[in-house]
Amino acid sequence: MSAVLQAQALSIGHGRRCVAQGLAFALAPGEVLCLLGANGSGKTTLLRTLLGLLPPLAGEVRCSGQDVAAWPRAAFARHVGYVPQAHAGLFPFTVEDVVLMGRAARVGRFSAPGAADRQVARRCLEMLGIAHLRASVYTAISGGERQLALIARALAQEPALLVMDEPTASLDFGNQIRVLEHIERLRAGGMAVLMTTHQPEHALRIADRIALLGGGRLVAIGAPRATATPAALAALYGVSESAVAASLSPFLDRMTA
Amino acid sequence: MPLRWLLAVALLAAVVLAAFASGKFSVAPGELWRAVAARLTGAQSGLPAAVETVVWSIRLPRVAAGLLVGMALAAAGAAYQGMFRNPLVSPDILGVSAGAGLGAVVAIYLGLPIAAVQALAFAGGLLAVGAVLAVAGLVRRHDPVLVLVLAGVAVGALLGDPMAQLPTITFWLLGGLNAVTPADLAATAPALLAGLVPMALLRWRINLLGLPDEEALALGVAVGRLRLVLVAAATLATAAAVSLTGIIGWVGLVVPHVARLLVGPEFSRLLPASLLLGGGFLVAADTLARTVAPIEVPLGILTALVGAPFFLFLLARSGGRE
Repeated sequence: MSAVLQAQALSIGHGRRCVAQGLAFALAPGEVLCLLGANGSGKTTLLRTLLGLLPPLAGEVRCSGQDVAAWPRAAFARHVGYVPQAHAGLFPFTVEDVVLMGRAARVGRFSAPGAADRQVARRCLEMLGIAHLRASVYTAISGGERQLALIARALAQEPALLVMDEPTASLDFGNQIRVLEHIERLRAGGMAVLMTTHQPEHALRIADRIALLGGGRLVAIGAPRATATPAALAALYGVSESAVAASLSPFLDRMTA
Repeated sequence: MPLRWLLAVALLAAVVLAAFASGKFSVAPGELWRAVAARLTGAQSGLPAAVETVVWSIRLPRVAAGLLVGMALAAAGAAYQGMFRNPLVSPDILGVSAGAGLGAVVAIYLGLPIAAVQALAFAGGLLAVGAVLAVAGLVRRHDPVLVLVLAGVAVGALLGDPMAQLPTITFWLLGGLNAVTPADLAATAPALLAGLVPMALLRWRINLLGLPDEEALALGVAVGRLRLVLVAAATLATAAAVSLTGIIGWVGLVVPHVARLLVGPEFSRLLPASLLLGGGFLVAADTLARTVAPIEVPLGILTALVGAPFFLFLLARSGGRE
């Protein structure tokens, strides 16, 4: 099996300051991996390293069996799509213009997206149920709609893997559920997803595997229920096990039912 | 959409025709038509020699320079605004015009040939934009929009002040198309085009520089290289414009904003719109400058009359939004 993305003996950090080391894991096509960790545990640093925005301090990131350090940016962008947290943006582009920017790695250097690219953009918008926002101004739509537009932009890259940085943060309850449902649908279509989240219940709901990052290493990685146990979460976040159980029990009951 | 563009091109053509026809020595549309037709067919126009001289030796270089310089300043302004994610910058506000002006003045003072004037203007422009970005980088924690503007004003003042001491050069610094000769135009056009063509070719990619750098990188854009090419192109276009006509302010700020109001912020539409509007605006302003008063009004004063209040309006509006 060829992994969509693989971290090998990876050390991450800024300059000399090492945030975590000895990280090793792989993502298979159609797999959702959720990354949990306390604030400052290095989740964002790990994402940035995997995306090639930060050089690894040691080890390597491999895609389809190749070290990606040597890949041109455009080649990497055709393989891995990145969904940042929704932000306001500066110029009042339309949602369609924003999604078309996802085609940057697939159009010639001196050309603009053409009819075929517009077709792809439209399909991505439809997939996320926001085709009606095509001509709306991105800076004027709601935070939840922006998050969906950014997912559509990443899909327009036609990647094998989506890397999502807290895709449900700052969304209302309904929009959180909507985003999770879209992630499940994408997985059904064969997309691999690596996402960070601060909400273990989200990870428990949609992940195929959960990874716990803490104390400068990968504490555990494996099946959701076996990995994100109340004991493990209590240790990860520095709270008592009974408090974790009390916060998560309604969800755990539902999932066992 | 195509209809609107046709209309814009037609409007630009009308402005150009009016510019050819009006002035102290007015040329009737019929005469203009005969002069152009004769040039195209190689036949004799049968027009008085004075008309031929006015059309080809006086008006043509002036109108062509106005078109090219207006396009260069407007396109450079649009590109700077996009790649620095700052709607308040332009070649003059970033200090690029002042830097290019200083380079050009030094070269003129030393009696260097026109190619050296352009080269020094380009070097001065790059120096200015480099200094502005360095200063803005040092004080990163403050409001980046304001820092870039203030750093530009400071660098512009620093580079512009020594020149303001020299009264003869001051008039030239106000900028104008009155001194443009066909030879100047021919010598400068290649540099102007060398700046304009990359901006036009890369226009869709300018959108991507408006994103946070990490997002653009993740979309597969070599951000550093793209920004470098565009800064060089915009600065080259500005420097060439300045070395041809002196510093004509405000075009690079006002025109992209008006264009944005008309066609939206997407650069594959915004850049062509800025080119058309910039060329048309400067030719129209120059036509006014040489016809409204018995003596010629410096073009830079006319553009400032439009531009400065517009800038204050933009500042007030961006302040009110927060």
